[in-house]
Amino acid sequence: MTGDVSEQPVVRVRGLRMSYGTHEVLTGVDLDVHPGEVVCLLGPNGAGKSTTIEVLEGFRLPSAGEVSVLGVDPSRADDAWRARVGVVLQSWRDHPRWTPRRLLTHLGGFYRPYSTPERPRPDDVDRLLHTVGLTDDADRKIATLSGGRRRRLDVAVGIVGRPELLFLDEPTAGFDPEARRDFHDLVHRLSDLEGTSVLLTTHDLGEAERLADRILVLAGGRIVADGSADALNRQVAANSEVRWTRHGERFVHATDQPTPFVRRLFEQYGDEVADLEVRRASLEDTYLAMVARHESGARPQPVEVAR
Amino acid sequence: MSGGTTYAVRLGLRRGWTEFTQSLRSPQDQAFYLFTGVATLAYLWFNRADEVEGTSLLYPTVALPGILAALVAFNVVMGPASALVMEREDGTLLRHRALPHGMEGYVTGQVLYHSLGLLPTLVVILVPSALLFEGVVPGGAAGWLTAAWVLVLGMAATMPLGMMLGAVLPSVQKLSTWGMVPALLVTAISGIFFPVQALWGWVQAVAQAFPVYWVGLGMRSAFLPDAAAAVELGGSWRTGTTVLVLVAWAVAGLLAAPVVLRRTTRRQSGSQVAAARDTAGQWIT
Repeated sequence: MTGDVSEQPVVRVRGLRMSYGTHEVLTGVDLDVHPGEVVCLLGPNGAGKSTTIEVLEGFRLPSAGEVSVLGVDPSRADDAWRARVGVVLQSWRDHPRWTPRRLLTHLGGFYRPYSTPERPRPDDVDRLLHTVGLTDDADRKIATLSGGRRRRLDVAVGIVGRPELLFLDEPTAGFDPEARRDFHDLVHRLSDLEGTSVLLTTHDLGEAERLADRILVLAGGRIVADGSADALNRQVAANSEVRWTRHGERFVHATDQPTPFVRRLFEQYGDEVADLEVRRASLEDTYLAMVARHESGARPQPVEVAR
Repeated sequence: MSGGTTYAVRLGLRRGWTEFTQSLRSPQDQAFYLFTGVATLAYLWFNRADEVEGTSLLYPTVALPGILAALVAFNVVMGPASALVMEREDGTLLRHRALPHGMEGYVTGQVLYHSLGLLPTLVVILVPSALLFEGVVPGGAAGWLTAAWVLVLGMAATMPLGMMLGAVLPSVQKLSTWGMVPALLVTAISGIFFPVQALWGWVQAVAQAFPVYWVGLGMRSAFLPDAAAAVELGGSWRTGTTVLVLVAWAVAGLLAAPVVLRRTTRRQSGSQVAAARDTAGQWIT
């Protein structure tokens, strides 16, 4: 039976639509997040990633569709639900006179009535400061923190209540490479050790690849691809480019079966083939192609990728 | 009240206190308090020898209660209004929206912070005035008691207005047009810098519709001798009417403010904060 319970997705979205006036941002989003999973919502700017995540956070009312987060419709959720959900927000100048320690202690206090034996809330502030790498800045005024330090604080505020489900909208915007790596470690730790389910948006493909158990590509107002980075990669392998020259003339051939093609090429021309180059399209190429195709509205059918 | 709400209100009180102590330590806020004090005292000092027409009272004696009233009303309206507009834009409000019972905590914190925030202003004006000018502080316990209830009622009548103003103003840039100017206009006609009796009848009527006039009248009743009531409208302190008007404003405000605040909170989202940040960026560059 416990297996059945864990099969119940923590986020379930069907036919989510969102329009502003006559402009349709989301035209029918379907997505699931399963317990303990890290899911990346990937898409170009303006694809509706933020809108989607704000609907799930309960901050925005959808125009249509069925949304369930931890078994509840976020637009009707109560404070007990709020206590189980973490939201990492992008701040820019709030609480300038507070220190990270004081702010985390204060905001964490709101979760105390929702502490359970399995999940004591809030998280210990010293440990949390250490986790996000802010121990040295714990007692400085927030106004004096650099942009990257401030984002670490945003992440800490998002997880101080030890959420079962965490939403992050563009979490690493403005991070330097080191902060980015620390952040990725943190997300892995949250999901592995705390069993936290994570849904994050990014337009950085590399980040999605490193972090996600599953990548959802949002383009043209709907999910156009859904699968692990490996699965997406395998799909990508279907598109390779073979380049060669023969008698000084250049040739390019696109194929989904580069190996047999190259063998036949040599069978036919032998040593005449020179400057051979087989280039497997990168995940980025496919992603860009996929986005371009769906943004132009040419193909409404989602690409199903094996998990 | 549920356990979560009680808890959030307690956290809110602690938040208000924290913000107050941070404000006391901030050079910016210290400068503001000092400026308010010095400007008020300078104004009174230059008019210290003028006798108010029809009475034997000196100008500072008559003006100080009115100035206190104006400062109370102005600080308690503009303080929360500007705080709310700013904190809507910088994401403070959104942070609280993401917390269980966060908004209750936030509003409690604001109420306490802006109430406490009056204390330094009162101190920097009242203490030097008592030393510099004669007969400017209320006589006896009854006078102080009156000043205290007028202060509390005045805050209750005006603070919800500030909250609502802060909730409906579209952006920080609109604060001066739609907040500052109306507040100054209302203050100007409320009998603080010149007696309301000197104005046209319809202006007197408008002034009496707003709480500032009544806070001023109540303060004068606390600070001035009873004989001074003769120059007021109707020749009396109209204490009963003062209580009625202020309570009416307070009740109306306390009923309306939560509705207005909830509407604003519901519209709070990350993209709204991001948009405000981008707009602010354009303003800076």
